[in-house]
Amino acid sequence: MRLSEADSHALSGAPAAPNYLHDGTTVMSWLNTRDHKRVGIMFLVSVVFFFFVGGLFALLIRFKLLQPGPFFVDALSYNRMFTLHGIVMIFLFLIPAIPSAFGNFVLPLMIGARDVAFPRLNLASFYLYLGGALIAIWGIIHGGADTGWTFYAPYSTTTPTQVAPILIGVFVIGFSSILTGINFIVTVHTLRAPGLNWMRLPLFVWSTYATSIIQVLATPVLSITVALVTIERIGGFGIFDPARGGDPVLFQHMFWFYSHPAVYIMVLPPMGVISECVCAFSRKNPFGYKAIAFSSLGIAFVGFFTWGHHLFVAGQSVFVGGAFGLLSMFVGIFTAIKVFNWVGTMYRGAISFKTPFAYICGFLYFLVFGGMTGVALATTSLDIHWHDTYFVVAHFHFIMVGASVMAFLAALHYWFPKMFGKTYHEGWGLVAASLIILGFNATFIPQFLLGNFGMPRRYYQYPEHFQALNVASTAGATLLGFGFVLIVIYLGISLKWGSRAESNPWGSKGFEWLTASPPPTHNFDEIPTITQMPHDYRTHEPSGVIRVA
Amino acid sequence: MNQFLRRLLFLPDQASTFALDVDRLHYFVILTTFAMSTGVGLTAIWFFIRYRRRSETQTTPHIEPKTWMEALFVAVPLMFFTGWFFLGYREFVRQYTPPIDSMDVYVMAKKWMWKFAYPDGPNSVNVLRVPAGQNMRLLMTSRDVIHSFYVPEFRVKMDVLPGRYTQIWFNATTPGRYQILCAEYCGAGHSIMRGEVIVLRPQEYEDWLASQRRGLLVSQQDGQPTGMDFVPPLGNLVEQGRRIAADQGCLKCHTTDGTRHIGPTWLDLYQRRERLSDGSVVLVDEAYLTESMMDPALKIVEGFQPVMPSFQGKLAGPEVAALVEYIKSLQSDAVRTGPSEGPAYAPIRGR
Amino acid sequence: MSHEAEAGLPPGILAHHFSSLARQNEAMRLGMWLFLATEILLFAGLFTGYSVYRFQFPEAFAECSRHLELTLGTVNTVVLITSSLTVALAIHFARTDSPRAAAFCLVLTLLLALGFLGIKAVEYSEHFRERSLPGKYYAFEAVKTPGAAMFFTLYFIMTGIHGLHVIAGMLVLSWILRRTLQGRYSSRYYTGLELGGLYWHLVDLVWIFLYPLLYLI
Repeated sequence: MRLSEADSHALSGAPAAPNYLHDGTTVMSWLNTRDHKRVGIMFLVSVVFFFFVGGLFALLIRFKLLQPGPFFVDALSYNRMFTLHGIVMIFLFLIPAIPSAFGNFVLPLMIGARDVAFPRLNLASFYLYLGGALIAIWGIIHGGADTGWTFYAPYSTTTPTQVAPILIGVFVIGFSSILTGINFIVTVHTLRAPGLNWMRLPLFVWSTYATSIIQVLATPVLSITVALVTIERIGGFGIFDPARGGDPVLFQHMFWFYSHPAVYIMVLPPMGVISECVCAFSRKNPFGYKAIAFSSLGIAFVGFFTWGHHLFVAGQSVFVGGAFGLLSMFVGIFTAIKVFNWVGTMYRGAISFKTPFAYICGFLYFLVFGGMTGVALATTSLDIHWHDTYFVVAHFHFIMVGASVMAFLAALHYWFPKMFGKTYHEGWGLVAASLIILGFNATFIPQFLLGNFGMPRRYYQYPEHFQALNVASTAGATLLGFGFVLIVIYLGISLKWGSRAESNPWGSKGFEWLTASPPPTHNFDEIPTITQMPHDYRTHEPSGVIRVA
Repeated sequence: MNQFLRRLLFLPDQASTFALDVDRLHYFVILTTFAMSTGVGLTAIWFFIRYRRRSETQTTPHIEPKTWMEALFVAVPLMFFTGWFFLGYREFVRQYTPPIDSMDVYVMAKKWMWKFAYPDGPNSVNVLRVPAGQNMRLLMTSRDVIHSFYVPEFRVKMDVLPGRYTQIWFNATTPGRYQILCAEYCGAGHSIMRGEVIVLRPQEYEDWLASQRRGLLVSQQDGQPTGMDFVPPLGNLVEQGRRIAADQGCLKCHTTDGTRHIGPTWLDLYQRRERLSDGSVVLVDEAYLTESMMDPALKIVEGFQPVMPSFQGKLAGPEVAALVEYIKSLQSDAVRTGPSEGPAYAPIRGR
Repeated sequence: MSHEAEAGLPPGILAHHFSSLARQNEAMRLGMWLFLATEILLFAGLFTGYSVYRFQFPEAFAECSRHLELTLGTVNTVVLITSSLTVALAIHFARTDSPRAAAFCLVLTLLLALGFLGIKAVEYSEHFRERSLPGKYYAFEAVKTPGAAMFFTLYFIMTGIHGLHVIAGMLVLSWILRRTLQGRYSSRYYTGLELGGLYWHLVDLVWIFLYPLLYLI
């Protein structure tokens, strides 16, 4: 039970032991890397950059919405802005963020592997992501699309804006998503350390595995759907054109067949992060390990059968509405199971209120509230009033920002010492978390009320009686923006000037903490043999050494 | 209680027979949501205070829930969720099933306006007048992209699709004016594609209808004509189109019986493949007809001279639409002299 | 790298992060099957579109189908099935340490694939001549039933995307052929060839579904 060499180094003030950051310092060594950790960092930098691009669009939208009439930008520009906000946030940030940034870094470490199954494919995933992003940006610079991120035909097939480059960009990014999914599934199947059977996998691995299944099975349907719209735009012939007998609602079915499971791609990895952090910061075993693990698979499976709840008022028959409504209710149950188990994990734990834990608290509240408004929306008769209003906007922002982004920030702070070997200032972490949680509430609760009141989505101008709530929402958004900027500032400062972290500053029993922080390129000097359950805090060892055998 | 919660939650007035039931379920669902999330939040806070870490070397017991606990936390939400589903679905089916005695109105949505036509009576743009307490069925289609007909106070909404008819029904309880909002993004004018439902007392509605038939502009009891009010004289779009064609001099150059004259004949013009003077072939659709009126020099039909004047600024949007509808009605195997009767729609419940 | 030499393999085959060749093979196979699943789902979207419109326009679809060249379509089916046979033979020969025979079978596969594309090109040019083209370009005199344009839209899109996959498969097989000629595959290791063959079988399988739906209804 002695301190590892890396920790002796850290505590004695000597320079850091050789790690993956030092292994080649040229630009080419990064651009041509096979190391999953470097690919993860490159993804992390990219998604954070695009988060701010999408956030900028959001602030511009909210600024315009201070006034009910024409103001600040014209209608066409506004329509492009909300379209691009959605596309950038969903495809360039939310879908890749936790899986490709943190999953890439942490997943092989968590299962005691030296890399992912296909390292070169991993790098290809990154370049496909970047390439697709650049194609979409080209489209944005040339005006961008004005269809909304949902691209409903026949508007998307007939509008003269730059829809095709954006769709091609999305198509290419889809492949990045598919390849990452394939990589992770194969990694979990074939590269687990000796002794690490399925029922000993860390919970983040379970949720990433479930996410990968969705990525592999759902994304191709999006690919063919955007390809068909692109063909219809460029070639002039297509299957959605009503004048030739096409059915625009078919587009909706095909689009949502991907896009509903996509929201589970956006929420399952955050749930995995929360599982890890709840256990680490409560220093406690997960309340119901199997329940949490299997509910991830449950969400992935049932999530494929609920897409029709986006089509309750699309002109489908009542029976279709009923079937999808009922199935949508079931998918909420799995989330309820997880929430019960996370809160139960805290029972008789040893909770330390660090920054990641602040984000956990925000996550729990926003997930329950936002998730239950999702169940409310699935109640068919209520959806008639709420469909395509700000109620829906508020619901999905509660989940995508309130849950997913909170978990992303929790992951960022939890694994910051692991990835960079530095610590950040805890006080600033809590200040930023408070700003974000407060700002978030102030931004989106008025939007629930706006939806009730009857304000439809994607409205450039709005009837005057909606103004007060819009102004409130914009004020909140400004606060929210400040919070995010603050994070970038203090984390950036910590990267350069922060104090060196120990190998395991949190005392976490996650398997990724078995190796130094930052890890060496080959991850483990010796592949560990795992013989017990993950997240087991019945005993305590000093930081840096974790008994696994 | 209903009004208190309604105001608290910013819900609009309840002006249809659906609204109260929809809102009641709304209250049930939302209040449960608040209770659950507050409960979870408070529990988390309580646990944090009670079980906060007291030393760096603290360990914790290994605890797993009893099966009955897990079962409870699955069963209780499941009960609530399925309960809500069934309550909501009953109401959903009701909203989707127009009663047998409904009065029909045809709705045509296009970028960016709503056109209403009564089967045996007047039509209007952006204003729908209905009698209070009467079941109304709207048969809706779109001329171009997907729109959505939404009246917040009635709690009704339905997408309006091109190439198909969708239907919606409501029974407005309270006289007044209620906004129609388009709820499916349709381009630059999406947020100004608004209309108005004017719910009249039954007697007022009858008076209005009678005055329409007599050709008067607007019933006095209705109050101020709205800015969006456009009530053309008796007839429907095709009939108006015929009148406009005569007034504007179109029929001086275009015949309606197939004879070749100064301009191409309008008989069977719609959906014809016209050969242009530059050799290309164009399919005659609404866009082409509109373009020909606004910028006739752009495409000249082979064998005709470019002598047609432009009507840009001389014809208002609704007039252009009426002309197009009229031209569309001139099909050689369906030539009618009377006004068009609107589309045939499948009868409901054997009516 | 030391365990690679122990396996007696040529260098560059066993990756450093896999504990054994068996593990790596397992990973490669699983990865390829997952990728095939994505391809199946891609085409499933198209087949769904086809089903919806076939249900809506049954007469038009039947009539248009009768105007497709059944002989050419059937020949193409035989060509593609034979190419699956030749690729399976290539794997067999590699597994039994006859790399020259394996390479020969791969060349045959590529030739058959080229033949498939050639016949398709002939069919396409016929459609261009008789104006049975997709969507707004449709001007086929023989069939004027509503929905006919939709049939040809689907025909061109589905066979077009299938054709792109044939080309992709040919590129994959050419790459595999190069590696076979370099002596990479033997009874000890032939996974790369196996996976290339798997992909080719999928391309064939998609056609086996396309053919009856387009030509035989």
